[in-house]
Amino acid sequence: MEGMTFVGHDKPFQYADGGLTVTRGSAWSAPGCHLGCGVLMYTDEDGRLVKVEGDPENPFNEGRLCVRCLAVPNAVNNPERIRKPMRRIGERGEDKWEEMTWDEAFDLIEEKFTYYKENFGAESVTFWQGTGRDIAAWITRLAWSFGSPNYGPSLNGLACYAPRVYGCIALSGSFWVGDYSQQFADRYDNPQWKRPDVIMVWGNNPLPANSDGAYGHWVIDCMQRGSKVVTIDPKVTWLGSRSELMLQVRPGTDAALALAMGNVMVEEGLYDEEFVEQWCTGFDEYKEVVKGYTPEKAAEICWVDADDIRKAARMFAEADGAIIQWGVALDQKEEAVTACQAVASLLMLTGNIDNPGGMIKPPEVLMYLNGWGFDLIAPEQYAKRLGPDKYKFYNAGVPAASAECMIEAMETGKPYPLKAAWIQTTNPLTCMGVDPQRTLEAFKKLDFIVVVDPFKTPTLMALADVVLPVAMFPERNGIRCGDGAQRIETINKAVVDPTLLSDMEINLELGRRLCPDAWPWDNVEDMFSAVYESVGLTFEEAQRKAPGYVPFEYYKYKTGKLRPDGQPGFMTPTGKLELWSNMMDAVGLPPLPAYEEPTPGPVTTPELYEKYPFVLTTGARRFNTFHAENRENPYLRRIHSEPAVQIHPADAERLGLTEGEWVWVEGPKGTTGDIGRCKRVVEITPTMLEGVVSTDHAWWHPEGDPERLYDVFDLNVNQLMPWGCGPSGMGANYKCLLCRIYKVEKGE
Amino acid sequence: MTRKAMLIDYQWCTGCHTCEVACQMEYGFAPEQSGIVVNEVGPWKISEGVWQYDYVPHLSRQCTLCASRLEAGKKAACEQHCQARCIKVGDIDELKEIAEGKPTQVLIIP
Repeated sequence: MEGMTFVGHDKPFQYADGGLTVTRGSAWSAPGCHLGCGVLMYTDEDGRLVKVEGDPENPFNEGRLCVRCLAVPNAVNNPERIRKPMRRIGERGEDKWEEMTWDEAFDLIEEKFTYYKENFGAESVTFWQGTGRDIAAWITRLAWSFGSPNYGPSLNGLACYAPRVYGCIALSGSFWVGDYSQQFADRYDNPQWKRPDVIMVWGNNPLPANSDGAYGHWVIDCMQRGSKVVTIDPKVTWLGSRSELMLQVRPGTDAALALAMGNVMVEEGLYDEEFVEQWCTGFDEYKEVVKGYTPEKAAEICWVDADDIRKAARMFAEADGAIIQWGVALDQKEEAVTACQAVASLLMLTGNIDNPGGMIKPPEVLMYLNGWGFDLIAPEQYAKRLGPDKYKFYNAGVPAASAECMIEAMETGKPYPLKAAWIQTTNPLTCMGVDPQRTLEAFKKLDFIVVVDPFKTPTLMALADVVLPVAMFPERNGIRCGDGAQRIETINKAVVDPTLLSDMEINLELGRRLCPDAWPWDNVEDMFSAVYESVGLTFEEAQRKAPGYVPFEYYKYKTGKLRPDGQPGFMTPTGKLELWSNMMDAVGLPPLPAYEEPTPGPVTTPELYEKYPFVLTTGARRFNTFHAENRENPYLRRIHSEPAVQIHPADAERLGLTEGEWVWVEGPKGTTGDIGRCKRVVEITPTMLEGVVSTDHAWWHPEGDPERLYDVFDLNVNQLMPWGCGPSGMGANYKCLLCRIYKVEKGE
Repeated sequence: MTRKAMLIDYQWCTGCHTCEVACQMEYGFAPEQSGIVVNEVGPWKISEGVWQYDYVPHLSRQCTLCASRLEAGKKAACEQHCQARCIKVGDIDELKEIAEGKPTQVLIIP
């Protein structure tokens, strides 16, 4: 590609340093996170990984690296790892296995999948991935080339990232991320960039989290350069304590808050009149909506101070360059898409779109969210996808199947029977999936399940008939091409272990057996080169030259570079930013943003609220873990060793709770009438909003009894959540629940 | 030879534990030991909108200020990896000068 910028290197990507070999590369998965920092991996003369450091030459992390990747040698060398394919010889749930060779494993999987395809249709084989890391491109290609439309994460209502992406697309034709200069090789020194005046951190704890490709401590870099922060969170995070304004909001009420900020901007004339006039449509209708959301009304809904709402709106509107650093809190409510619309509207009112220090359209190498190889599945097979009949958004560009609808089909055999599951580097009984007991029983109805993972997990133990071990990022090659601003970045093999295959090698081998035409490559390196064809690089060239940056410019909407027809404007039906969304209207959803109370909740179900008097938010991020990963690593586990429930001192006192004791957190599974509970350790902190409690997610005990599924049914907070989501099919209540808390009795 | 020390700007320490693990990995310490340990002061509310919420790393007797890394032209493991860039290892005189420039810093001479 013309105009690409590569970072110069004095040394090749592998070189000697003292008695060690250093391999320059990148992380991602497994283990890892959403990012893909530049790393230097040190191996000794026996080829063993002894150390991982941040790569000072990589502009992304500039030599820094967080605990999760620093501690990777312990994961790679961990004695608990699975190193050979295995077949179950006992019942599902029993820890009884027999090793097999890779050839035997692939033969068996090929035979089974082919049998199901011939007798029940390819759609009877389901494909399951975890959160968006180095997986979507490869598993979608496998599913689609095999002929199955039924692939997806086990996430209820795709409630992570997707609602924000589609909420943004509905208004503007694109997703937008905060401009921290990550698209430039020279980063903060780039003359086109300006530091944002204001970063509004909304439902996101960016320092331990890593959503949308944002390296959280870029916020600190910007603060050190003068950016001011507004934090919106039920908890005063450390970042909140350093913010100009801290709005402690009731979980699930973000849309009301956003509409009230819109109200202030409109009423006080703070919005960018010229920008709105020239580039937005639907402003008059939007104005009518926000009229009803005065700061006083929102204050009552959100449990925040009305004047703080005014101050936040003013700060944001008056800034020269303002970012909304938002997170999954916006996605994890049934009415997520409309909430995302409400928040994204603030960017449009203020012209913080495609501008320096505002929000940018992330440069793209591969459209990874939507998978790779969609043309491989025949339209009549794709038409059998589970989800679009029930949920509208699945007809508006979402290629995945609905996890909920797949679970239902497993249970009922309708609209057609499901026979098998391919579960690749994901742990649905522990993390993404809700109502895990129901999920377990549904999966158990399948004839044949393959689980691919580096470790034995609750999901693997409960369900796998065949297990494939998988290489970790220091043990494989790959391309880092994920969420956020994409760059040319390679994952380079530092450790050679011929007994392990990578996710991509496993998919390529199975693909070659099941549908060879779609997998014409002899090795994964050639396959990666095929992905890089669009930028005119081979994988080997990229290994030598990465990281590389594709050309970037601001204000593309003015020059016609956002639209294929070359006309100025945005990729929407009207070419404008649509405060009244044609796309939402087209799928039969309200075209204007709206606020709806969470159900169950203090307002919608007062009788349940009386019995379960706390609002519960789950999924609090910790520095030492990424979802269900890292629990077996002692260097990480010691940092936060058990799942906690954070509670305000006044609430703790009312309940007679003491710091460090184990409690049950129990709540209604939606409005199903069922309840669920999990164990937590009490953490009393004045940073919590009174009446709201917060807990971390995806807990299990790798040290626990495998046949008790590593205590997952003691610890998994998703037991308080039912399957089912809002009308769009996007968004589910992971972060706005009700609960009560009581002590764990002796022997429980 | 000039004596070395460590300067920490605890306005910015986010409590991410990176310095601890970077040190453990560099020197092969057991999980419960490290050359540097992050301490928490707070959190408590002082008044409306004003919080005491600091993290302040301190050094253990196992810290060598990464003499071997410095000799090889690298930064100390904790300094290089520090996410908030609030750690600096250097000559005492140089650090003293920086320390005079702003509040909320600690100079540690191990």
